[in-house]
This record gives sequence, structure tokens and C-alpha cells, in this order.
Amino acid sequence: MEKPLLELKNVGLSYHTPQGETAAVSHISFQVPKGGFVALVGPSGCGKSTILNLICGLLKPEEGQILMNGTSLPEKPSNIGYMLQKDHLFEWRTVYSNILLGLETQKRVTAEKKAYIDKLMVTYGLDAFKQARPSQLSGGMRQRAALIRTLALEPDLLLLDEPFSALDYQTRLNVSDDIGRIIKQEKKTAILVTHDISEAISMADTVIVLTRRPATIKNIIDIDLEMPDRTPLASRNAPLFKTYFNQIWGELNGHA
Amino acid sequence: MAMHDLQKISAAQEKYMKARKKDRYLIQAARLLIFLAFLFLWEISARLSWIDSFIFSSPSRVIRTIVDMTLHQDLLLHIGTTLYETLISFFLVTILSVAVAVLLWISSRLSFILEPYLVVLNSLPKSALAPLLIVWLGAKPTTIIVAGMSVALFGAVINLYTGFQEADEEKLKLIYTFGGTKKDALFKVVLPSSVPLLLGVMKVNIGLCLVGIIIGEFISSKQGLGHLIIYGSQVLRQRYIRSGWNAEVEWQSCCSAFSFPLLTSVSKCFIL
Repeated sequence: MEKPLLELKNVGLSYHTPQGETAAVSHISFQVPKGGFVALVGPSGCGKSTILNLICGLLKPEEGQILMNGTSLPEKPSNIGYMLQKDHLFEWRTVYSNILLGLETQKRVTAEKKAYIDKLMVTYGLDAFKQARPSQLSGGMRQRAALIRTLALEPDLLLLDEPFSALDYQTRLNVSDDIGRIIKQEKKTAILVTHDISEAISMADTVIVLTRRPATIKNIIDIDLEMPDRTPLASRNAPLFKTYFNQIWGELNGHA
Repeated sequence: MAMHDLQKISAAQEKYMKARKKDRYLIQAARLLIFLAFLFLWEISARLSWIDSFIFSSPSRVIRTIVDMTLHQDLLLHIGTTLYETLISFFLVTILSVAVAVLLWISSRLSFILEPYLVVLNSLPKSALAPLLIVWLGAKPTTIIVAGMSVALFGAVINLYTGFQEADEEKLKLIYTFGGTKKDALFKVVLPSSVPLLLGVMKVNIGLCLVGIIIGEFISSKQGLGHLIIYGSQVLRQRYIRSGWNAEVEWQSCCSAFSFPLLTSVSKCFIL
């Protein structure tokens, strides 16, 4: 079997405040194969985002190990892209210089990278808005700009922390379809954190159900909708969609 | 049809723009009118002896005095001196307060240690500090500039530091997810997002610096508006004595109270 891109082994972490210690996650173990799409679902406040913060190196695990390509994570992994809940495009920069922000921070702005960004902007319909201010873009376009900002780093692994939760429902469906397709097209490996079960099933190949805080893994469910080359929107029409939905709903509510 | 629609819209737009323009003119006219009415009332009440023009003066007298002082007492030199000192201390306050606020932001431990000192220094009565500054540093223009800075500096540091702390946590996190350092966070998030705050603080500071400069000039100076105010009040006192007035001290303070805001706003007009 191929070595997984990312492997978490028995990871645990507690938050420390003057009021005491709160266990956030414990005994988390899972693997993500190259090109895979994993969704983490769980009750709100269960520590889903903590897991992403651990993977991208913002937090250090107190227990266990996180391996990337079989070796432990470096201090500042540069091959991981992180998409936050909001797009956080800076209003004092143009759309284009917002997209350059990540590369600029990592001091990796080169002619090839710029060409790559230009290509992405054309492909995803933002090339006319290069010099626009973020406030001139629609919600969906802003989210796409944020994705291009992340993709510009050419990360091996994409972390998506409820990136659609700030959007209204219709935009949300469209944008998640958009972004799901872009990620497939660019052959990226991704981990999505969400509390939306439908979103998880429609986008991911594997759904990991977490328990209440401290988060532990309740179940790992492989999604097979028997639909080749499915897109997130089309997936919602698959006959098996409802079955998976009910199964995950049951797991979350503790009567499976 | 579409053409017709377009014209219709532009007519409405034109109407809107006209109304807007009219509104603007009205506001400016009203402003000017208030000022002129005030001058008129002042002049009239002085001429008709509703008020004692010797104490309250009158616009025509003020203009005559300004012309007279410009010709014989180098009023422009005094204004220039105060302006120059104010701008220097304003410039230094801006640089220094941003630098200190950045230091505090970089090290939260340092800010915890220094916080009580900042609050105490800020609440210090600066006008009481001015005589001490002159004793410590000597009667030099530098001292007056330091006096000007002392009024604005600590408040500016506190305001800027508080603003820096309010930078969006998530935006900072974004920088850190790119593998950015604290320096990246500072230059890419904290400073750019604090530009409106900085402008606000600067607006307040220019006024505070002027107050500090005038206080400094009151106490020790050879030129500047503060020097003029003190000089004027002393001359006025002699006149009072000659006119047989007894309550000199009261009128002196009254005079300073009147001339001070006037001079402040005059020099502010020059600056802004």
C-alpha cells in the first residue's frame, strides 16, 4: 500500500488557562492518502479546528505524533495551505496583491509563481478583478480569491476550516461545488472541517465523525456514492446520499 | 426605448446631484454666516457700549492690532516660531509613539510591566511639569519642544497600543498559517489596519502639541505665541494700573483666557 501523505498517531492536546486545564482532543489517529479528501464532522465546539491547527503547526501536540510523508512535521511547514472560515481578504490591498500575500510572506514570489497565479485567475474567472478592491467582489468570488491565495503556495495538503460557513445558503452550495471541483482538478489532498453533514458527504471520500469535547474519533466512514467523477452538487442527488446522511446523523446523536 | 430610459435616469441623477450641490452650498453659507454674525454682533455691541470694548476688545481693534503687531512686533516671526516648534514636537511624538507602541505590541510581557507607568505618566499634569523641564533642561527651544511632546506622547502610546491589540486575530492567524513571523504580522496586518487610528491620533496630537508648546513658551521663551500672550497680559496690567484699576489680577487671567483660544484657533488654521 502507498504511504499516506499525512498520518496522525494518537494525538492529544489540552488548553491551559488560569481557570484550569481543558482537554480539547485526545487519542486522534487517522491517515489521509495522497489525493484524498477527508471531512471532519462533529458537534460544534468539539475541537475540530484544533485538529487543523495541530496539522498546520500552529499548535504543538502534547501527546502523539503527526507525520507528513512519513517524517515528523517541521517547525513551519510551508507545504500546507489553510483556508479559514472567512476569506480575510485585506481591504487595503487589491485582489491581486491579496492573492500574493502568502507567497510574499514566504518570500517565494517568482515569475513562474506569478504566471501560475495568472492562470488560476483566468481559469476561475477573477482575471478582470485583479486591481479591484475585495469589497467589490461577491461572496463567492471572494472565497475563490481566498482559495487561489492558498493554491498559489502549491501546497501538498489543503486544510479547510468551515470555509463556506459565512456565506448564504445558495452561494454556499455554489461555492462548495466550485471549490470542490477546483480541488479535484488541481489534484490536491484536502481536509475539510464542517458541521454540515450534507457538505461533508458531497465533498469528501472519507468522513470522520468526532465525539463531543474532548474530541475523539467515533467512526471513520468511507463514502462511495457509486458515481464516477462526481461533483459536490451532483453527489447530493445520489441515491446513497440519504443513507450516509442518516448514518452520520445517527453517529453524531449517539444512537447508531 | 433603452435610450429614453437612460436619459430619464440621467435626468433624475442630475436632479440628485443638483440637490446635493445646493445642500453643500447651504452648509458652507451657514457656516460663514454664523461667523460673520458673531463678528457683527461683537463689533456693534462694542461700538454701542453694550460691552466695555477696553476689556472685550472688538473685531476692528483685533485686526488693527494684528496689522500693527505684524508691522512693529514681528507677529509672523512669533507665529512661525510656535508653528515650527509645534510641528517638530508633533513629528517626534508621531515617530516615538508608533515606535513605543510597536515595542509594547511585540512584547506583551514588556507592556504588562510598563502599563501602570504609562497610565501614571499620562495622567501627570503636564503644565506643572513645564517649569521642572526648564530647570532640568535649561531655557532653550529644545525644552519647549520637549514640553510640547510631554502633553501628547503618553496618551498617543496608550491609544496606539490599544488599537494594535485590536487587530483581527483571524487575520493574524492567516499570516501565521503562511509561516509568517511576528514581523510579517506587524507589517502586513497590524500597521496597515491601524492607519485610520493613526490618523485620528495624529489629529488629536497636533492640538495637544500646540497646547504643550504654548505652556512651554509661557514659562520661558523669547518668542512665540505663548511669549506674546504673557507679554500682552503684562502690558495690559500696567495699563490697568495707569487707569486706576485695582482688580488687575482678575483681568489678567480673564485676558489670557480670551486670547488663548483665539490664538490657538488662529495657529490651527495655519496648520490644517
